[in-house]
Amino acid sequence: MSAPNASGWKPGTPVAGTDSGPSTSTGNRALMLEEPLIFEIGTTRTTGVDLPDPIGGETRLGGFARKNAIGLPGLSEPEAVRHYTRLSRQNYAIDLGLFPLGSCTMKHNPRLNEKVARMPGFADVHPLQPVDTVRGALEVINELAFWLIELTGMHGVAMTPKAGAHGELCGILCIRAALEARGDAREVILVPESAHGTNPATAAFAGYRVEDIPATAEGRVDLGALKARLGAGGPDSCDVAAVMITNPNTCGLFERDMKAISDAVHAAGAFVYCDGANFNAIVGKVRPGDLGVDAMHINLHKTFSTPHGGGGPGSGPVVLSEALAPYGPLPYTARTSDGVVHLVEEEDAEAFSAEHFGGRMASFGRMSAFHGQMGMFTRALTYILSHGADGLKQVAEDAVLNANYVLRTLEDVLDAPFGASGPCMHEALFSDKGFAQGLSTLDLAKGLIDEGFHPMTMYFPLVVHGAMLVEPTETESKAGLDQFIAALRSVAERARAGDESLKTAPHFAPRRRLDETLAARKPILAFQDAGQAAGVPPGTPQLSEQGGS
Amino acid sequence: MPRYFTDEHEWIDVDGDTATVGITDYAQSQLGDIVFVELPQVGSAVAKGKDAAVVESVKAASDVYAPITGEVTEANGALEDDPALVNSSPEDGGWFFKLTISDKSELEGLMDAAAYKSFCDSL
Repeated sequence: MSAPNASGWKPGTPVAGTDSGPSTSTGNRALMLEEPLIFEIGTTRTTGVDLPDPIGGETRLGGFARKNAIGLPGLSEPEAVRHYTRLSRQNYAIDLGLFPLGSCTMKHNPRLNEKVARMPGFADVHPLQPVDTVRGALEVINELAFWLIELTGMHGVAMTPKAGAHGELCGILCIRAALEARGDAREVILVPESAHGTNPATAAFAGYRVEDIPATAEGRVDLGALKARLGAGGPDSCDVAAVMITNPNTCGLFERDMKAISDAVHAAGAFVYCDGANFNAIVGKVRPGDLGVDAMHINLHKTFSTPHGGGGPGSGPVVLSEALAPYGPLPYTARTSDGVVHLVEEEDAEAFSAEHFGGRMASFGRMSAFHGQMGMFTRALTYILSHGADGLKQVAEDAVLNANYVLRTLEDVLDAPFGASGPCMHEALFSDKGFAQGLSTLDLAKGLIDEGFHPMTMYFPLVVHGAMLVEPTETESKAGLDQFIAALRSVAERARAGDESLKTAPHFAPRRRLDETLAARKPILAFQDAGQAAGVPPGTPQLSEQGGS
Repeated sequence: MPRYFTDEHEWIDVDGDTATVGITDYAQSQLGDIVFVELPQVGSAVAKGKDAAVVESVKAASDVYAPITGEVTEANGALEDDPALVNSSPEDGGWFFKLTISDKSELEGLMDAAAYKSFCDSL
């Protein structure tokens, strides 16, 4: 390392006006190592790979050939390995402890999934390989598709969407295609006030106008208000294309009126989109298809235990009702009368549809270049097959049990705004009611970091003041939950008692309270060396030939 | 110049046929540090109770609704460079937009300062 940590930032550097105790000369705290940015430790003259200079030949880049050095930092292999290993030690992950982010279903990622995903026949395939050499992979996609259809009681599934919001878009585009096919130009999508932010964003992106559906005092969709908005005139006088509902909803409650909601929506000629982010609470127990859902994405990285959050990628297959299935995106897999799973692409879609589906398929297009997230398909199918139908049912039961345990054990120190609405589903929702004046949900969350836990989801859903949304998932033991509950209880009691030290928490993390407001108002998105930081406009990282500044 | 308030925590100053709209001190205190404000285009039409602007804090993004129907005549450009004005001066320098009033009768039913204060106290 030529110039370690030129910025002078050290984990012991106190936040202005606070006292963080003794500091060390290196900035390290025992074996918790301070790590500078890669631009600060790398030099342009170091490299971990010794390649010979190219001999002869002409560049064919023409005007695109690089004219200037780009100044990327170079590191030897051990330097690079240590840099990223040190950074990884500053991270928090599901493999280290409970990750109670509500609405995220941060469950354990079983190692068996990883073993299967790394089998060469699955890991070493390429989407452009001749189809006859990847029959096994296509069988996996088709088998997973079968399970997703079976678990949801739906008619078809689009496997290609790459994540939840991508799946939402796919579902809404199917709805749009179905409406256009019958010459029906509807303009509005209804979304509950407590919806995930991606729902209105999806609707707007697909060209619809978004309107809110109000909630009842107990935290569920107001069926009367929904019916009033849909009108009594039936399909001919309704301008609503679809209703997007999350069930269980983001208040952690099951929408008991779901069937009545679907019936009312269908009577108005509209469709029901269900956000499947919270499917973990009902998998194996309730089939959304039986509740009248027309389209629902399934986050494989939530319910089906594939890696999530930095470890991605995600995967968001969309199950479709009989009315929407013909409009799903290409390519898709299907087992035909010859007993073989085929991959259906544009060039053979029409003939395939005529032969096997009575000409009913009318895909709206593509969501993705290739088949979908193959690595997530193998993991999700492994998870499903290793649990079996009975095991998946127990997943939902244990997830709900764990969330209710958290809710009822903490109710005496944290306000549960919908505690009286019955058992919660997969997540427990609390508000900041009862905190001492001047202390906030953010302060409590930072205090929880000091206790060694990743905080819960904060300030969502918006309908609850200072919301704290805790989703423990079924993979936590009672002993693990008790540790978390004890930590949260102690911080909650400090918040109620007005403990001012919470305002400057975390006190023991590698970084103290960060200025989120300044980061949002004046973000610095590219590395600036000392000269730039002193006033030279920011731009591409520039390293001197002598190395990091 | 009379000032009215909505139950969505916007204020509106009425001066003849024009009006100035912003969010209240209570609203900014609930939102926390404002980091971004999206204002309506000058010349665009806004409708009473419908989205007119977006305000984003460290916690969340929220819609700001038009207290009355009208046409936007001016947007507060200062907020684009310094959204913190909404926190420091919500009911003065941190105004959002001005509009021409389409229908003065829409002002009936809005709250005056005393009514708004007791409304906030009840929350």
